[in-house]
Amino acid sequence: MKVRQISVFLENKSGRLLEVCRCLAKAGINIRALSIAETADYGVLRLIVDNPDLAMESLSRELFTVSETEVIAVEVPDRPGGLAEVLQPLYEANINIEYIYCFVEKSGESALVVFRVEQIDQAIGALQRAGFTVLPGEKVYSI
Amino acid sequence: MSYFNPVEVLDRERLEQLQLERLRNTVDRLYQQVPFYRGKLDEVGYRPGDIKSLEDLRKLPFTTKDDLRENYPFGLFAVPLREIVRIHASSGTTGKPTVVGYTAGDIKMWADLVARTIVAAGGTKDDIVHVAYGYGLFTGGLGLHYGAELLGATVLPMSGGNTKRQVRLMVDFGSTILCCTPSYALNIAEVMEEMGVGKEDIKLKSGIFGAEPWSAEMRAQIEERLGLSAHDIYGLSEVVGPGVSIECGEKNGLHVFEDCFIPEIIDPATGEVLPPGERGELVFTNINKEGMALLRYRTRDISRLIPGPCPCGRTHVRMERVTGRTDDMLIIRGVNVFPSQVEAVLMQIPGLSPHYQLVVDRVGSLDVLEVQVEVSPEIFSDEIKELEALQQRIADEIQSYLGVGVKVRLMEPRSIQRSEGKAVRVIDRRKI
Repeated sequence: MKVRQISVFLENKSGRLLEVCRCLAKAGINIRALSIAETADYGVLRLIVDNPDLAMESLSRELFTVSETEVIAVEVPDRPGGLAEVLQPLYEANINIEYIYCFVEKSGESALVVFRVEQIDQAIGALQRAGFTVLPGEKVYSI
Repeated sequence: MSYFNPVEVLDRERLEQLQLERLRNTVDRLYQQVPFYRGKLDEVGYRPGDIKSLEDLRKLPFTTKDDLRENYPFGLFAVPLREIVRIHASSGTTGKPTVVGYTAGDIKMWADLVARTIVAAGGTKDDIVHVAYGYGLFTGGLGLHYGAELLGATVLPMSGGNTKRQVRLMVDFGSTILCCTPSYALNIAEVMEEMGVGKEDIKLKSGIFGAEPWSAEMRAQIEERLGLSAHDIYGLSEVVGPGVSIECGEKNGLHVFEDCFIPEIIDPATGEVLPPGERGELVFTNINKEGMALLRYRTRDISRLIPGPCPCGRTHVRMERVTGRTDDMLIIRGVNVFPSQVEAVLMQIPGLSPHYQLVVDRVGSLDVLEVQVEVSPEIFSDEIKELEALQQRIADEIQSYLGVGVKVRLMEPRSIQRSEGKAVRVIDRRKI
């Protein structure tokens, strides 16, 4: 039920994001979702791709600083209040969210949201008990 | 124990007698041969024959780098140019280069000194000595080269740069002793790792590293990554080049070859000789050199002399490893900061790479020191708060160790320029 997310350390310099994307393009890797967290001097690019192993290998080979983190991808009803409904069981289970971001593609009629939490297994349990669909990695990579 | 030249274990009494004879000859010869020294010695009322004991050295004038520049290029040579067989010079990045001339005798004497250093670092004639110091006007490359040849070892005159080739040949030829700057040794280790060459694939057993200050922590890291025993070598072209002093197997200070140089430690502000064991500026007097001999040359390097005998058996006094120079000392908001101190702090934080740079700038009337460090995959966290905590930790440790607040900037790996010789540790953007 966990999804592999790849994070890349990037200095705030023009062209660095382009270089990451070029590196992935060369390896034929498709980006499924991404977000950037930034500070004044640097940023962390977070990616979900169709082939995490190849992406890690390609980026490391070009000397980018990369790491892998486990996140969860949840189907969120695409209507007002949809996200709030998903957050409710996490709040009740006392699970703190580090960050979230959205997929470009939809999963059927639902939006796809990526969650990063510390207690990942408890979060998956809480969401499933509340009737939400947590997508397995393989399914997310091939959307 | 093993040494190259029996003079290394001469008893102190005979060694000091030898020093006195050589000092007296040197000073009188300089008085006769070098107008600059005649003038300086006249100023202090020196008359030939005035040196009666080693203590009389204190009455003699200092020589500084400016003196060398003012007498550029050959003004301090003590023999006619036809007796000079080799010239070396400093890079001159901070002004006119300083020029040194060697007679054929000097070249032999120097090679003997360097052979002593290789033996002190565990070398024998069976070793393959990989010289990755720059060859050319810089004394590092040719200095180690001649010493290794005199010892009878097999020399690889690699010079600096082209690091992948260095690694390949190190594997193919089975280099056993690596000679280069410590920052270049780390660069080699890094390139080895990138090429997938492990320390079990190479045969290095010891390293002779010098020409720039480095910390004990950096030594530990080099030893670990290259699988060798690292020895600090000290020297400066003005005095001879590499081979002024070397760490023996005890690694508790560097033996100064006192049959050729007399070391003193002075207060850099007053010029007074400090009591034994105190830390201050290193000063050397050449007593066994023909082409150019300097009296009380102020090195601007900071060290102290370690009194007492060394278990290795060498009788020559030891100097503590040089931790900084009076001229690369930064004064940040009134606090003295040496790059090697910052390095020592950084190396104690697990996962930090040994590549760093200090950028000093002045914002308004305030000095700002930025410490740039590279983020290795081991310490990279996906979460900004973790990265910020790391920045804070580095800044706090530097603050508590050095008493100066700094800004820490995290950089991508390999964004700090790699050293192929002397590392550039400080960029000073202050326009003062």
